[in-house]
Amino acid sequence: MNWNWSVILDSLPQLVEGTWLTLELVGLALLLGGILSIPLALMRVSHSLVLRNTALVYTFFFRGTPLLVQLFLFYYGLAQFDAVRESILWPYLREAYWCALIVFTLNTGAYTAEILRGAIQAVPRGEIEAAQAIGMSRSLLLRRITLPLAYRIALPAYSNEIILMLKGSALASTITLLDLTGMARTIIARTYMPVEIFFAAGCIYLLLTFLFVQGYRLLERQMMRHQNIEAK
Amino acid sequence: MFDLQGFGDQLLLGVWMTLRVAAGGLLLGLILGLIGALLKLSRSRIAYGIGATYTTLIRGLPELLVVLIIYFGSAGLLTRAAGFFGYDGYIELSPLAAGITALGIAFGAYATEVFRGAIQAIPRGQIEAALACGMNGFQIFFRVTLPQAWRVAIPGLGNLFQVLLKDTSLISVVGLEEIMRKSQIAISNTREPFTFYFVAALIYLTITIIVMIGQRQAERWASRGLERPNP
Repeated sequence: MNWNWSVILDSLPQLVEGTWLTLELVGLALLLGGILSIPLALMRVSHSLVLRNTALVYTFFFRGTPLLVQLFLFYYGLAQFDAVRESILWPYLREAYWCALIVFTLNTGAYTAEILRGAIQAVPRGEIEAAQAIGMSRSLLLRRITLPLAYRIALPAYSNEIILMLKGSALASTITLLDLTGMARTIIARTYMPVEIFFAAGCIYLLLTFLFVQGYRLLERQMMRHQNIEAK
Repeated sequence: MFDLQGFGDQLLLGVWMTLRVAAGGLLLGLILGLIGALLKLSRSRIAYGIGATYTTLIRGLPELLVVLIIYFGSAGLLTRAAGFFGYDGYIELSPLAAGITALGIAFGAYATEVFRGAIQAIPRGQIEAALACGMNGFQIFFRVTLPQAWRVAIPGLGNLFQVLLKDTSLISVVGLEEIMRKSQIAISNTREPFTFYFVAALIYLTITIIVMIGQRQAERWASRGLERPNP
């Protein structure tokens, strides 16, 4: 088997360029999705039936359909409506970049909200009652007790969501974006060396997940340091 | 509700293809997952290394990339292998075969971890009891370990199957005529992208709901020996 290293070397600068776009999309989507997930998770545990069901339908839609369908629905689907095409948002919604960012944000927001909801419900009842007993208002209780505790509980599950988002971002290539996968596919269309180029792109993805897992382990240890005295 | 302009039966054919890919991927993935779990639980360091490499590699790669690698990469490898046996033609996997392979490999990597946890959850005493009865390794695995590991593994496997179902949409990228591809074909004729992608989304949601119900039934069935009698 004649393995062509030079084609990997030649295309490396372009692959790195694609990697930056991947990281940018994932980073921004996680940030915005994280913000979106807080109100969503609170709606899911709210006493109001309307709020609860709205959030339920939202999360069910985004978790129950493939990310690819969501991307196509936004990128190709919205153009079907004249109202959208004539709106002032059209210059943004027309761009693959913004569509991908919006869809990734909405998608990871739904998954994160579900993780956060589980964590909020796992906060020990006694802690909340204690805070109520000393007269904390609801928003203060949320800021000082519920959310900080919930974030620690959610931490291990959230790392899986970040990796899923990183891997899901490869779908950006299907709506013409030149992320890592998109760049690889473009290079292959030119050189017709699929095995070598996909191998190189795969190595970069593996490197990204490896670095992330290591970094996350440090973060987790840092945030859990009050518990980790006995467990190594 | 939606005017499908005569493409309804095409979409149904797409659903059938999606279900076939999902079923094939599930079957292959379960086999790979069981093998992977046994490798990772093996005392042999080499076997463990193979199992660990498999799960680490596949779980770190985007599923879309796995699909593309299997589809475009296998052609070169297969043609070369065939050339070795004296066949000069060009061989490539059909999108269906490539899709089932790719999804099965991805499912298997995650299923490995589920099976490993489930097998480890079986009390050591039972294996010892089986040994004491004179069962050999195969008998222990198929009579004691596997029937009980299923029960623990089913919730995890059900979740993986839902992921697998959604990942079937990725095969449309290499041209397999499942729900997404059929929708694209319908759209190129009708110029109504939103309608058809929305219908596709609803189809996926319906399948998800059915799988969720099936999963609950399967869990109940698998743990029927442990259920407390209803008051």
